[in-house]
Amino acid sequence: MAKKVLVLGEARSGELRNVTFEAIAAAKDISNGGEVVGALLGDNVTELGNELITYGADRVVVANNDKLKDYTPDGYSQAFMQVIEKENPDAIVMGHTSIGKDLSPKIAAKLEAGVISDAIAVEADGDDVVFVRPIYSGKAFEKQRLKEGTLIATIRPNNIKALEKDESRSGDVSELDVEIKDLRTIVKEIVRKTTTGVDLSEANIIVAGGRGVKSAEGFETLQELADVLGAAVGASRGACDAGYCDYSLQIGQTGKVVTPDLYIACGISGAIQHLAGMSNSKVIVAINKDPEANIFNVADYGIVGDLFEVVPLLTEEFKKIL
Amino acid sequence: MNIYVIMKRTFDTEEKIDIKDGVVVDDGAEYIINPYDEYAIEEAIQKRDEFGGEVTVVTVGDEDAEKELRTALAMGADKAVLINSEDLDETDQYTTSVILAKYFEDKEYDLILAGNVSVDKSTGQVGPRLAELLGINCVTTITKLDIDGENVTIERDVEGDVETVETKLPVLVTAQQGLNEPRYPSLPGIMKAKKKPLEEIDLDDLDLDEEDVEAKTETIERYLPPEKQAGKILEGEIPDQVKELVELLRSEAKVI
Repeated sequence: MAKKVLVLGEARSGELRNVTFEAIAAAKDISNGGEVVGALLGDNVTELGNELITYGADRVVVANNDKLKDYTPDGYSQAFMQVIEKENPDAIVMGHTSIGKDLSPKIAAKLEAGVISDAIAVEADGDDVVFVRPIYSGKAFEKQRLKEGTLIATIRPNNIKALEKDESRSGDVSELDVEIKDLRTIVKEIVRKTTTGVDLSEANIIVAGGRGVKSAEGFETLQELADVLGAAVGASRGACDAGYCDYSLQIGQTGKVVTPDLYIACGISGAIQHLAGMSNSKVIVAINKDPEANIFNVADYGIVGDLFEVVPLLTEEFKKIL
Repeated sequence: MNIYVIMKRTFDTEEKIDIKDGVVVDDGAEYIINPYDEYAIEEAIQKRDEFGGEVTVVTVGDEDAEKELRTALAMGADKAVLINSEDLDETDQYTTSVILAKYFEDKEYDLILAGNVSVDKSTGQVGPRLAELLGINCVTTITKLDIDGENVTIERDVEGDVETVETKLPVLVTAQQGLNEPRYPSLPGIMKAKKKPLEEIDLDDLDLDEEDVEAKTETIERYLPPEKQAGKILEGEIPDQVKELVELLRSEAKVI
């Protein structure tokens, strides 16, 4: 049976996020030849609609409202529910992002629906759709499917391949008037802490430091390498606990779970709980003074040496070619 | 102030995972309070100490969860409730949130805290689902909580950025790392915990049938990731190793 799948698009600083295009690709697999409808919520986002079409959506519904400028749980859930009521989809897909994580359980509770969260792959065989998701932060995996009702899925950024952009595709982009009542939770201020603007969960390259980085200043050495590579900086729990950097940078079973193309671990010993958060990265480089360090067991390439000697050389070397 | 914490017990994060016949082997595994729930418990205790009232820790699970509930009592919580769901075959976040919503139906609460995710299934669904079912405000991944009368000011982690939001009680919040530094149970705390009330109830007590809470999703397979093959440890002078590494990342791994 062909299904109608609704995809919640997400923009940041006026640009659609990659995970939205990945969600459209997942929606295509789920739809079994049915319709993929993009949804955009914001204060003035109609012009982004066409890009969803070029990435595979069949048509797009846009809800513009002053109260949707920033994400609020009330504003977004009210608006999105009105889109859902109008479209009556069989399935809903969103990114496993801050917004997706906050919004999906609310929508699910309203619809009495099941959620498959943080999916890293969709295996569709006609109507039978199975999702793969990590458990124990990637120490193991499980395959899940929906038993009954509306399907809601959130997909982890960087894992499902977006479709090739096709400028020749066209589709209807329509606006829907939504009514938003009182917001019980309001956003007063957003302080951007991510200096490079590269978010850990979406970064293609991550330069991470552990206790071996020794200080907050030590992390500047890593940041220089990250800047050259367009990478995000992350840290182990040891480095966070020692106060070298903010907890928001922590990678591990407590902290963020990441799957970049390239993970450069500097001065990280490789405790089990850290490995759980990064060992599914595509390529891992370990730089550590201790040749016995656990991190070398999961690394594709290792350099045994002082990170303060190796990392600056690496930065210089990359500067030559990038 | 009536404060509740919803808690889950999980494998210790230092445990390796083993799977046999599609089931995670838990023989002899060390269990702990889900680390994010520890932040929730700590915050609950601090808020009670500031405003008075009571902290009740609630879990849905089997009898073994009594151990973690006692730990929460030893940290300083006042009461614990174990909702025994042993009879259910398959549960998911729908199941747990419906059970909890039924439990809270006749309770009075100002503040409910939870961890923002569990370190096992990591869905982060139960807290926000519960808030929605109860019709109360919900703020996730919080790193700071200030309460002044009815008004609540919260800082939350949004993918590394800090968002300040304002809302009102009653509210359900989910704890992110950095919210506080959870205390270890003290010896007198452990002694006192033995005498604190720990109530055990089951689905019958909540007037719930199995069909009312039947899972919406099912797990059909669990498996371990393929073993990683040992990588290449480079040799020679450090500057030469660095040059070789850059070359390997370009030509062999093709990630640059």
